[in-house]
Amino acid sequence: MPDIRENMLNLAALGRRQDGRGLEDYREPISVEVGISRSAEGSALVKIGKTVVMAGVKLAVDKPYPDTPNEGSMMINVELLPLSNPKYESGPPSIKAVELARVIDRGIREAKAIDTKKLCIVPGEKCWMVIIDLISINDDGNLYDAAGLAAMAALDNAVFPKLKEGNIPDYKEKSNIPIPLTKNILPVTVFKVGQYLFVDPNQEEEEGYDGRLSVAVAADGNIAALQKGGEDTFTLEEIETMVDLAVQKAKFLREKLKSI
Amino acid sequence: MSYKRRCDGRGWDEIRPTEAKAGIIPNADGSAYFRMGNTAAYCAVYGPRELFPKFLQNPKTGIIRCHYNMLPFSGMGERIRPGGNRRAQEISLVMEKALSAVVDLSDFPNAVVDIYTDLPETDAGSRCVAINAAAMALADAGIPMKDMVSALAVGRVDDKIVVDLCYEEEAYEGGPVADIPIAVVHNTQEIALLQMDGEISKEELIRAIEMGRKAMEQVYEIQKKALKEKYQDA
Repeated sequence: MPDIRENMLNLAALGRRQDGRGLEDYREPISVEVGISRSAEGSALVKIGKTVVMAGVKLAVDKPYPDTPNEGSMMINVELLPLSNPKYESGPPSIKAVELARVIDRGIREAKAIDTKKLCIVPGEKCWMVIIDLISINDDGNLYDAAGLAAMAALDNAVFPKLKEGNIPDYKEKSNIPIPLTKNILPVTVFKVGQYLFVDPNQEEEEGYDGRLSVAVAADGNIAALQKGGEDTFTLEEIETMVDLAVQKAKFLREKLKSI
Repeated sequence: MSYKRRCDGRGWDEIRPTEAKAGIIPNADGSAYFRMGNTAAYCAVYGPRELFPKFLQNPKTGIIRCHYNMLPFSGMGERIRPGGNRRAQEISLVMEKALSAVVDLSDFPNAVVDIYTDLPETDAGSRCVAINAAAMALADAGIPMKDMVSALAVGRVDDKIVVDLCYEEEAYEGGPVADIPIAVVHNTQEIALLQMDGEISKEELIRAIEMGRKAMEQVYEIQKKALKEKYQDA
């Protein structure tokens, strides 16, 4: 059997990849569709090449955490469905799903992209909880960027349900009030094989890389979260190049959000 | 009091706006998307492949295994915790029985065909929509099938017999309601799924099933057309 990594290295030396792309090219087409589930308060379907990810936002009324009585909260969950890839099994979330959820969660949370103070209904008693479920429909690689894009698009698409007496949400009645977003955060993951850097791996390339760095990038180019993955180590110069590349690609992906 | 006009203005024997697509999940051996009104299902089929744990294997024939799953944001109310529940287990079981009626896996002893249906949005009739997607995905995967299966709910809302109930009709409070999901094998017209909740007379039940079988033709045509379209596009 040909070694995937070996093959990737040989092609990378020529600035190429097995599917004909350059190292810094995303697959095409990239599409973002919103409002694809009417039962969700906000939803999106993102496609990058053959990778398909769905995001659904539900809003629940909950008790604020004791240390932040004037704030609401958020939660991100990832479901790697057995529907989306033969290697996934039913059952509790795998470590891959947990890491993916955490990386996207931290980007949005640490940048304070959701203004949680505006999610307070009655201080100390009732607040909104924003729950974002990210679902793989077809995993052909790079779920990170696709899921991050879907999360942001679904948040942007979401509106609050109206409140009934006693501050109980009436899910049948949607208001036209959007979720208070302060920033637009997109995670971009840069991969490394040998000395070469590349983005948007397909399924096969995800089997052969040495290291990766996920960078959550705000619209102003600042960074909200980082996550290194893979066995390989990075030099400081590599990190600089990886962050530059991530910022540049986040700008490219952000254009796709604008065109909705 | 009587039920005068359907909540969405449809005729008594009219199905909700319906849409189907085949081959939407490239990783799967076969796949489909099916939507009736505000109920939608994605389905992926994987197999025939070796069945584990081994004690479940049948040396005479392969088996199918259904996995019905409502996505966390697909409910009418609060978020649904992922991880399945008794309702999902039961629906998976009745789906399996309905599809087994047409699937022939005698050439694949000890094997399994896994059928995953995930629903992003549900209103009513979700098991029927899941079966319609699954039957298409099986056909798309090239699994040996003797016939096609189509499903929809029929029922009674107060004094009217109706086809393809929406949620408002299931929850109608002005009179008795019966909700009857059925699946029909296309050529033999036999019933492969039959469940009922509510209140109905035997005569009304038979009338409802007959009306459902007629409306089912449209479901079947939509399934068939979508399966053919996949190969026209290519």
